Amino acid sequence: MEASLDPLLLGRLQFAFTIGFHILFPTMTIGLAGFLVFLESRWLLTKHEASLKLYKLWSKIFALTFGMGVVSGIVMTYQLGTNFGTFSRITGPVLGPLLSIEVLTAFFVEAGFIGVMLFGWNKVKPVWHWAATVMVFLGTLNSAFWILVANSWMHTPAGAELVDGVFHVTDWGAVILNPSMPYRVAHMLVASFLTVSFVVAGVGAFYLLRDRGSVLGRQALSLGLWAALILAPTQIVLGDLHGLNTKQHQPVKVAAMEGLWEGRTEAPLVLFGLPDQEAQTNHLEVAVPGLASLILTHEWDGYVAGLDSVAPERQPPVAIVFWSFRVMVGIGLVMLGLALTGLVLRLRRRLIDSRWFLRAMTAAAPIGFIATLAGWITTEVGRQPYTVYGLITTAESVSPITGWEVAISLALFIGVYGVLGAVYLHFVRKIVLGRVPGSGIEIPAPARPTPVGRGADRARPLPAE
Amino acid sequence: MIDLPLILAGVIVFAIVMYVLLDGFDLGIGLLFPFVPDEADRDTLIGSIAPVWDGNETWLVLGGAILFAAFPTAYAVVLPAFYLPLTVMLLALVFRGVAFEFRMKATRSKALWNAAFFGGSLVATLMQGLILGAFINGIEVDGPRFAGGPFDWLTPFSVLTAVMLVAGYGLLGAAWAIWKTDGALQRQARRLAAGLMLAVMGALALTSLQTPLTHPEIAERWFGGLNLLWLSPIPLLTAFAGWRLWRSIRGEGEVGPYLWSAALFLLGFLGLAVSLWPYAIPRAFTVWEAAAPASSLTFTLVAIAFTLPLVLGYTWYAYRVFRGKVSPGAGYAAIGEPDETR
Repeated sequence: MEASLDPLLLGRLQFAFTIGFHILFPTMTIGLAGFLVFLESRWLLTKHEASLKLYKLWSKIFALTFGMGVVSGIVMTYQLGTNFGTFSRITGPVLGPLLSIEVLTAFFVEAGFIGVMLFGWNKVKPVWHWAATVMVFLGTLNSAFWILVANSWMHTPAGAELVDGVFHVTDWGAVILNPSMPYRVAHMLVASFLTVSFVVAGVGAFYLLRDRGSVLGRQALSLGLWAALILAPTQIVLGDLHGLNTKQHQPVKVAAMEGLWEGRTEAPLVLFGLPDQEAQTNHLEVAVPGLASLILTHEWDGYVAGLDSVAPERQPPVAIVFWSFRVMVGIGLVMLGLALTGLVLRLRRRLIDSRWFLRAMTAAAPIGFIATLAGWITTEVGRQPYTVYGLITTAESVSPITGWEVAISLALFIGVYGVLGAVYLHFVRKIVLGRVPGSGIEIPAPARPTPVGRGADRARPLPAE
Repeated sequence: MIDLPLILAGVIVFAIVMYVLLDGFDLGIGLLFPFVPDEADRDTLIGSIAPVWDGNETWLVLGGAILFAAFPTAYAVVLPAFYLPLTVMLLALVFRGVAFEFRMKATRSKALWNAAFFGGSLVATLMQGLILGAFINGIEVDGPRFAGGPFDWLTPFSVLTAVMLVAGYGLLGAAWAIWKTDGALQRQARRLAAGLMLAVMGALALTSLQTPLTHPEIAERWFGGLNLLWLSPIPLLTAFAGWRLWRSIRGEGEVGPYLWSAALFLLGFLGLAVSLWPYAIPRAFTVWEAAAPASSLTFTLVAIAFTLPLVLGYTWYAYRVFRGKVSPGAGYAAIGEPDETR
């Protein structure tokens, strides 16, 4: 019984589940806070009325999302210690100070100013209100920066040495500016902005489908698409740079992403395949010869290390890394395609009237979240079996607790988070549809009657869901 | 040479005190919900904590983060030892945190979110009280690792501290309500505060007797030699604060009830510090034995020195913006409503 409930496996599942749930909310709040700063600045400078209305609409969604991010984030601070106590003792001297700085420069800043931002309209002057919005945005950026410093250090540890089983920091500059940090920070921040661009544009498209004259809809779609047009290509370039950085420091992870079992020159780019860890090969492989070498080394005959560069028990679970990487890249390309299509339609003045495009954008509203999750799965599963890359394995990190403690709490987390996630989506939907009491925002009514027997607006699908 | 572990232990105690005094009152507001049945009154109570609860809870995160940074050995022992109560506490805080926002947007499900807000507040407080009692009892360790069982935290003593904390947070909540409301709601809060204060004083007396009776080392600390003489100001000041609190609740005090309740808590903390000093984990590791390497302590302390004054500054500002009696209708329903004066 005890043996079947493995605290390591369950602890990993629990951590993956809780952090996967959590990251969705910061992804939204970072980008959304930036959008709110833009809207309020524009309103203050030009008295642009639609900007204020958009601010009112999105600040309601921001409040809900921020609350979810805070409460699911508090869980993370403690879960590190409950499930991976041994890891905490070994890495506390490095990661603890970084997380403390995050709390001091981010959580408190956000918490201190969000009250003014959400409830202070009648209490402070407009410019101070604007300053509060800016502070909340800076808080989200600080938070992302410090947590990514800590995460990156675990991928590319630097500036510390293991003495008697505990890390001693020799150089804080090297810890903070560890090799993968700049790439990870840039990639994640742009992911957040890009994700929110599609959420905003998607809601705008949804409004335009209901009423082609909706000013809110036109503004949201237009702003979202402009942002996506800049951010989608930027993200592809950043992703490429991050990949090259990973190849330098975690070549085995890149080999797993590419599904490359044997190191070689003229390495093929595997488009499709079913990685088989036991047989150490791909089945049904479709590949373009030499392309992986070109992408990763920028030369046709460049050498790319394979999974065979380490023993099989030191390889990450290849299939998960391989597929999540393809999901991320695939969505990135879809986003680029939609942004470019939007530009073409805009130049032809067909943007508002191309209903097929509005439908596509509505459906695409949540895809950024999927891409972000897939990216995190790629990088976090790809570093297995290590927690601190090359130094501490995940098995060495686990707490001295029983499997069933973890099992009970995992079941509780899945139950509670499942309910909360559903309720969150329910209320976001209510806000988007203008069904929150006293919202004061004119939301377009449904454009066409829906089939008989389903309440006119109850059964209507919503982009955010 | 400055004593870095000592200073950082002081910072953690400061964070915990801030957490208890601040989140204590907003958890306490949740505990009062069953006794304030009117929905408009409940909206007012929620409105009084809506702008600040999130910052209040952040002190708990700060305490955890600095413990992780400065005393990783203690962090690695305490968290697995209290695995179940901590997890349940976190889930309760999750429930209550979202219940705030959901209940204002809800129409049909409002009763459900009221229950979640009360239940979450109650469970979170009970778990904190259990953890407090279990911490005083001590944790079984083997070298730097936790070596006890999954239910070591459940003892009659920890149940007593849990009940005490429920009464204590309820008192802070009622005192906060006296400060932020007026009229019938304030009178109701005064009645609740009076009852809760008696419960707190009773539980505090019981705990103060029970602790030395079941922990010989703590008895020695208080009653050995001339110690009681030196330490006698703590019980005497506690009695004085209790008397002032009572007068302020029964009289016209607006801010007094909260301040004197806070004073009671501070004296309780002081008594606890006397009992547990100098341990990071009672009778297992001292603060020096559990401390991280000096490079981490220095770095953390420098970061704190630069940022904590700012944090206190804008926290004070945020409280100032929302000073005075809370107006009915404030709170989550009013998010993003710039043009309407109320």
